[in-house]
Amino acid sequence: MSSVQSFGYLDEYAKKEVRRSALKAVAIPGYQVPYSSREMPMGRGFGTGGLQLTLSLIGSQETLKVIDQGSDDSVNAVNLRSFIEMTCPGIDTTTKTAEASLIQSRHRIPEQPLREDQIIVLQVPYPDPLVLVEPSEDKRKQMHGEMDYSRLLVKLYEDMVRFDEITISHRYPTRINGQYVLDPSPIPRWDVPKMNHSNALILFGAGREKKIYAVPPYTDAEPLVFSDVPFRVEDFSDASGGRRACRICGCRSSFLDEYSDSRTGETVYQCSDADWCEELSQSTEKPAGVSNA
Amino acid sequence: MTLEPILHIENYSKHFDLHEQGTQIPSSHNVSLNVYSGRLTALVGPTGAGKSTVLKGVYRTYLPSTGRLLYRNGSNHLIDLAQADEHQILALRKTEISFVTQFLHALPRQATEDVVAQPLFQRGVDREESREKARTLLAAMNLPERLWGISPATFSGGEKQRVNLARGLIAKPRLLLLDEPTASLDKKTSERVVRLIEQLKDEGTAILAIFHHPELIARMADQVIELEAPCDNTQFLAEVC
Amino acid sequence: MHKVLNVSSLSKVYGPGCSDCFTLTGPQHDTNICPRCKSVVAAHNVSFDLYQGEILGIMGESGSGKSTAVKCLYFDEPPSSGRAMFFDATGKQHDLFSMNAARQRWLANHHFGMVYQNPHLGLNFGITAGGNIAERLLMSEVDSYTEIRSRAKELLTRTEVLTERMDELPKNFSGGMQQRVQIAKALATQPNLLFLDEVTTGLDLSVQAAILDLILEIQQEMTTAMIVVTHDLGVIRLLAGRTLVMKYGRVIESGLTDQILEDPQHAYTQRLVASAL
Repeated sequence: MSSVQSFGYLDEYAKKEVRRSALKAVAIPGYQVPYSSREMPMGRGFGTGGLQLTLSLIGSQETLKVIDQGSDDSVNAVNLRSFIEMTCPGIDTTTKTAEASLIQSRHRIPEQPLREDQIIVLQVPYPDPLVLVEPSEDKRKQMHGEMDYSRLLVKLYEDMVRFDEITISHRYPTRINGQYVLDPSPIPRWDVPKMNHSNALILFGAGREKKIYAVPPYTDAEPLVFSDVPFRVEDFSDASGGRRACRICGCRSSFLDEYSDSRTGETVYQCSDADWCEELSQSTEKPAGVSNA
Repeated sequence: MTLEPILHIENYSKHFDLHEQGTQIPSSHNVSLNVYSGRLTALVGPTGAGKSTVLKGVYRTYLPSTGRLLYRNGSNHLIDLAQADEHQILALRKTEISFVTQFLHALPRQATEDVVAQPLFQRGVDREESREKARTLLAAMNLPERLWGISPATFSGGEKQRVNLARGLIAKPRLLLLDEPTASLDKKTSERVVRLIEQLKDEGTAILAIFHHPELIARMADQVIELEAPCDNTQFLAEVC
Repeated sequence: MHKVLNVSSLSKVYGPGCSDCFTLTGPQHDTNICPRCKSVVAAHNVSFDLYQGEILGIMGESGSGKSTAVKCLYFDEPPSSGRAMFFDATGKQHDLFSMNAARQRWLANHHFGMVYQNPHLGLNFGITAGGNIAERLLMSEVDSYTEIRSRAKELLTRTEVLTERMDELPKNFSGGMQQRVQIAKALATQPNLLFLDEVTTGLDLSVQAAILDLILEIQQEMTTAMIVVTHDLGVIRLLAGRTLVMKYGRVIESGLTDQILEDPQHAYTQRLVASAL
């Protein structure tokens, strides 16, 4: 790296614009703020939106955690982390949620409740939930402006008619502060309630679609539902109705990934959040609901 | 019974301007008459004298060319039917003035008893109650019961005429306009219908009527108004007849 | 019966428009295209009142401007000039063309209904018949799934669509059935004002009769005010109490429907009535 390379890869003007957009996003919860997403030395769709937010917000005193679907070790997370380390000399990185001041994540919000002094940046492929029902961005902007989300609800209605339940598994449309409905990025339904009155600031960056939006701390975040069909998160019950546990740490209260054990052919479950799993495995005092498998 | 007429027509004339042909066809000419509550005023005169045109002028199916048609409504206000606002006319048609023509315009699918009950539906009377009244009236007019439930579209002339009459009488209007109501009825049925009209008259309805049969005029009319053919329509009549 | 709508001097010009547009077009010039600036004067100086429970007919040939007035009132098109006052059930006045687009859409969602000639305009063919009705209900803030289901069922029953077909896509329906679904959707919010644009055009005669019948029943039951746009004298005769006759964007004659049909005043109306069967 040459010394003329600026801290955080982006030039100061670019960072300033991203920060201003982020501030606007915080000021108008759930509103998709357009910004001039810069070219990054990686393809659009690899988290360039989240990366630009992270690079604009990070300072040398920061401790960064990067995860991809809960894991610190996946290719995407590792590459992004090393890119940030390379372009932001002096920062610390960690895999521990509790130690991070800034977390960039793809498709998950950590199980460990976040704190006021933490910021989480989520990578977003499709920022606008209305894209499902309206192809024209012009009209979508109008619909957001008028809080016209009836056609999204019609989608839910059609789901109920066809499957007797709402089948959206990821990107569950969520209304922020009683106004704008946003696409919370492909987090599972499990993570949606974590956005409601979160202690930490949640920022969303869509690089390809050039949008930044936010759920500020202590803000209402309500998944779109019918008044008589309550929102439900993923159900990890087994055939007998008991809660499945993580095969590693035994946790019965986390979001589980399902694997097929290549050796035994058996279906096994384990925590999606790697740090959560590790913390619990190492801890001698297990929290309630955790047993050794 | 008041001495005030319910309807006072003053110098009513009606001619038709046919733009395409560039001609003017005169019809009613300088007609003046009064119609009173509980009385029947009969219009007589040769074909082309404009008898129906007077009725249609009162009902505003025709726009009067000249004259005043003063109607005293249920709340004792005088309304010039020639000038009145269309909504006012519609309201009067709905609640006070009925017109029985020789033609029946009904909805394609509607059952006869519903066609007859229509004026009551419009007045907001309960549907079943309205139908019950319609059935009573149809029975009184000797219309076979098997016809009540089907549409009058396929009925004979006499049957249609009774349906039409029943619809005109059912709501007991303040003013009833009758245009040859018994023209296609046999003697026996005609007698039943005449009795119903007389009954309505006794209950206070004012009637302005055209009758086909002179004996009916003699029997029912309290007052006869003779219309003359307008002088210059002979040529037109020759073309039409 | 209270007034539902007052329209005064509504005009709609497509094109740049010039000072001669209105003087050089109209029935007396036999055109609605301005010879100077080539703008189309789709409607000029259209004025009328509409009362609760009343059906007003707007009659004319294609290109006469009869649909334009309705499109403006339903906010599908902005008018070039003119005023329209809507009075809701509580008597509150709404100045239709001075409110912002969001207010307009809110008003249309809550108080108006529209049935188009082409069911593709009124229905979303990618979602079920019930879903189409649900959309209207959701727009007017009904948010209970059970309630939406039962109201949709009720409406489809009322418009004589088999409720077993509620969860089918409208593209599987016959033309008459699609119109019934459209009417059910338009009625979902119990609108004070219903616009019907050539709703029976292109349907079989027997189906036409049934749809007209349904419209009249609804008018009597719900005392909905309606504006019926059609070129069909038969539809006007059966439905409308009063009628406007339009030609080249102008109202050339208006009156009670039976008077328009039996004693037409304008040469054009006379020709129109004389040429009808």
